[in-house]
Amino acid sequence: MTVASPAQQKTLRHSGVVRATHWLTFVSFIALLVTGFEIVISHPRFYWGEVGNVNVHPAFTLPIPSSRDTVPTGYGYVMPDQNGWSRALHFEAAWVLFLCALVYGIFGFWTGHFRKQIVPQRRDLDWRAYRGRLMRTLRRAPPDPAEAHSYNVLQRTAYVIVIFVLFPLTIWTGLAMSPAFVSAFPLTSILLGGRQSARTLHFFLSWLLLLFLIVHVAMVALSGFRSRMRAMITGRAGTSEDGS
Amino acid sequence: MNPVSRRKLITGGVAAAAGVSGLAVADRLARRYGLIPPDHGGLFGPGETLTYACQRLLTVHLPLHQFPRSMISKAPFANETAPPTEEFKRQQAAGFKDWRLTVDGMVARPLSLSISDLRSMGTRSQITEIACEEGWSYIAEWIGTPLEQVLREAGVHPQARYIAYFSSQSDWWDSIDIVEAQHPQTLLTWGMNGGDLPAPFGGPLRMRVPRQLGYKNVKYLTRITATDSMKKFGDGRGSVEPEAGYAWYAGI
Repeated sequence: MTVASPAQQKTLRHSGVVRATHWLTFVSFIALLVTGFEIVISHPRFYWGEVGNVNVHPAFTLPIPSSRDTVPTGYGYVMPDQNGWSRALHFEAAWVLFLCALVYGIFGFWTGHFRKQIVPQRRDLDWRAYRGRLMRTLRRAPPDPAEAHSYNVLQRTAYVIVIFVLFPLTIWTGLAMSPAFVSAFPLTSILLGGRQSARTLHFFLSWLLLLFLIVHVAMVALSGFRSRMRAMITGRAGTSEDGS
Repeated sequence: MNPVSRRKLITGGVAAAAGVSGLAVADRLARRYGLIPPDHGGLFGPGETLTYACQRLLTVHLPLHQFPRSMISKAPFANETAPPTEEFKRQQAAGFKDWRLTVDGMVARPLSLSISDLRSMGTRSQITEIACEEGWSYIAEWIGTPLEQVLREAGVHPQARYIAYFSSQSDWWDSIDIVEAQHPQTLLTWGMNGGDLPAPFGGPLRMRVPRQLGYKNVKYLTRITATDSMKKFGDGRGSVEPEAGYAWYAGI
């Protein structure tokens, strides 16, 4: 039996809660993305305000055929309709994501994870620090040794936006489309400008989250895919191998 | 074994025990307060049950917010329905004078009501939005008789837990729980925007469940029945929608 040396124990990069909620969020986000697209193709038109239907001028339309023949898309083709299971999986995955967010949120505030690891540090909060770190990233300069154990100001900013802005807004705009939820809390819809505005915002927010996912995975790949994956799966930070 | 892992083992064990007994308590409470939907089985059952239970607890007696008259949609979209039968056309030509709504099941006094019977039982109107699961919506003034009123008239048994309702179109039926059925905004709708309910929108009679999506608002209503269990209807999942993969509860 091998005993973890104190040095190895110290290098635990991600706690169990972070790792578990990270991967559950990843799986449910992919499910939400795929099923969200399936739901959108049943009415690939977007509106602003409270109401919108095929008799209302849309704010914009997606240049794709629809899965319902009542939507005039200009295409002579109707896509396969998969709304039934897509809606069921969308809401089930939304529950998984919401419960993860709850656990992670409580954990983050309780243990100081947000304060210590996610929110930019006070000394980083000036534009020179931002510019300096951004220039180093653009020059592809190798990260500081300290950055194997801690996020830099650019990463922290991205995570703050995703954790405290994009995910909460996506959940809010989703709930603002639920007639029963809106009956209990009408302001969830009114503050967004109405049900169709909520739907349009939900659509854009999911694109922003997808953009984050793409950049996030690209950064993981650039900074040493294997060691970063190992850190997020086993919790152990990368050693000098794999260039991390 | 070092102290850290022992502590972890104990906390883990306590957490697991709390989790399991918590689930057992939640399950018992959910059954007692009717928080389990008829389509609670299968892969998506946990999600459906969580949504239904949470929304039922949150919304139980709350009204849906209404809109000002100026926001009524100028060009509402009726959606497509199956072409009318010869019998429907005959009834339509006669101004739906012979249209009957049967009220039966767990009631003290089964009823057979014409549209004018319903009109004389009480009128309520509301300006609310109807939203389709596809994503589109419109606002209309809906005029009708509260379902609650008809259920009271028929003397619905206290054991009744669901109201199932049927369209004149074959294979089109649905159900709502008794809480939704007794909600003052759940209407047996026969009017829209100041006039009769047009046939494309479900006239002469449509179930209007404003806190749920469009597909729960069954058109061409001919029968409502009170029951203590949806097991006796169709394949037991509460409506025809679960057979097509859709949720029985459509509050979201």
